[in-house]
Amino acid sequence: MSAEHPYREIAFNGLWQNNPGLVQLLGLCPLMAVTTNAINGLGLGIATLMTLAITNLLISLLRPFIREEIRIPAFVLIIASTVTAIELLIHAYFFELYAVLGIFIPLIVTNCIIIGRAEAYAAKHPPRYAWLDGAMMGLGFALVLVALGAIRELLAQGTILSQAQLMFGEAARGLTLQLSADFKGLLLAALPPGAFISLGFLVAGKNYIDQRRAKRTESTTLLKSVSATE
Amino acid sequence: MIFGTQTSPYLHAQLSVGQVMAQVIYALVPGTLVLLGWFGWGVVTNLLLSLSLALLLEALMLKLRQRPLALFLTDYSALVTGWLLAVALPPYSPWWLILIALVFALVIGKHLYGGLGYNPFNPAMVGYAAVLVSFPIEMTRWPNPELTSMAQLSFEQTLQQVFLGGLSYWDGLTQATALDTIKTHLRLGETVSQISQGSQFGWLAGHGWEWVSLAWLAGGLWLLYQKIISWHIPLALIGSLTGMALIFWLLNPESYSSPLFHLLSGATLLGAFFIATDPVSASTTPLGKLLYAGGIGCFTYIIRVWGSYPDAIAFAVLIMNMAVPLLDTYTQPRVYGTKGRFGS
Repeated sequence: MSAEHPYREIAFNGLWQNNPGLVQLLGLCPLMAVTTNAINGLGLGIATLMTLAITNLLISLLRPFIREEIRIPAFVLIIASTVTAIELLIHAYFFELYAVLGIFIPLIVTNCIIIGRAEAYAAKHPPRYAWLDGAMMGLGFALVLVALGAIRELLAQGTILSQAQLMFGEAARGLTLQLSADFKGLLLAALPPGAFISLGFLVAGKNYIDQRRAKRTESTTLLKSVSATE
Repeated sequence: MIFGTQTSPYLHAQLSVGQVMAQVIYALVPGTLVLLGWFGWGVVTNLLLSLSLALLLEALMLKLRQRPLALFLTDYSALVTGWLLAVALPPYSPWWLILIALVFALVIGKHLYGGLGYNPFNPAMVGYAAVLVSFPIEMTRWPNPELTSMAQLSFEQTLQQVFLGGLSYWDGLTQATALDTIKTHLRLGETVSQISQGSQFGWLAGHGWEWVSLAWLAGGLWLLYQKIISWHIPLALIGSLTGMALIFWLLNPESYSSPLFHLLSGATLLGAFFIATDPVSASTTPLGKLLYAGGIGCFTYIIRVWGSYPDAIAFAVLIMNMAVPLLDTYTQPRVYGTKGRFGS
């Protein structure tokens, strides 16, 4: 990590460089199961984001009091209580979304991203960095969930942002975009194989962009070194 | 691609991939002609669309992957994939259905895995399964062979159906296949002998279908005679499917169709000689081939009888494709002059 811009570095790491969905390929189970449309993805993404930011902050704060030998059970306890609180919140305020996401909200406890960031980052860094790392990792994951949900929804139903009322209230019903009415819909995209194939294309797209960036920086540094020698 | 002969006692036919694939295409001709006789112009449009789109997609992917176009287009493997899909999809399929099937077959099933020789799954069956799962209505629209021969449905009407869709009396032209009829009526509590009175049934299996199957058999036997394929895969596939069918048919001939019906219905013989024998995605050792094709036969019977799809060659082939690396590892023949397996 560069010492000058730690916050920027953390954000870039979570959103792109080390994105949990596209690079670490963690939390694939909810990623596959929930993203049948963009709104479901957004719902679970926000829940995961909140969990990650809060647990990272708590674990980083409690770091001095947690003994090394029992740190994992302690992390799991903190994570489980946070997730339970968030589950109750969604249950209370977004009941229809809760009905759609169902078991996947409590299952955030077992999502390897959460314990992974707790162990790899929050347990070793001060709170001012740890919460941001959690939030950025969560945001990166949420973006992948929404993108995957949107792609699968578009292919399978020909819509984008259907069921927006589940998250934003009745006024958002009009947000739904519909392709032409006689669009047949590729049913495969809504099924698990469709999720794997779409995620594969997203990962490939990210790698392609990274490779092009690497090539470009390589050629510019080459240019600089050539002009420096002249 | 010519594989050199390295050690003296082995004689080698020196066939290139293109020569092998051309033989496969010749062997597909009789079955396709019979299919054409029964189902009319729809087979022609399927074939023309599928072959041209297959070549187009193959060229596009080769270009994207920066591979030599001429070398790989003339190995005809894309044409074989396109041809297999054209005869597997229902005749009069709309153009977009064929295009989507081919995209899954050639782009995702073949080139994303590294092109010919690297694909773990049979490309044609990847495409077929993708559209079968995605478009259940279009994929069950098999026409009634009595009503769609060339004399009944003109070429213009066929083109209209393929490109614009919605031929007004289209639903009147389609009919459940024999395998489908057996399945739905058995669930209604009827017996096999009652169901077989229906107009879909001929003297052995589905009316019209039995001849198509026999023509695939003829093409397949020619491939065997030309030594393009070995006997292991067709024999083991037919053997295991017949064996399963025989056991249940002997137990209760009124609720299970006869082995002969299973052999001559659906894609059994097309699958046994043309699909399961794909040299890339099939097992390569003799014992591995027997196990691989035996598995396909078993899975086909299981899905046909107890699953929710009337035919299952595509699914069975894809399932057994997954087992091929394991089969190849554990069935390697002993190397001459060594003790034990794996040449150890």
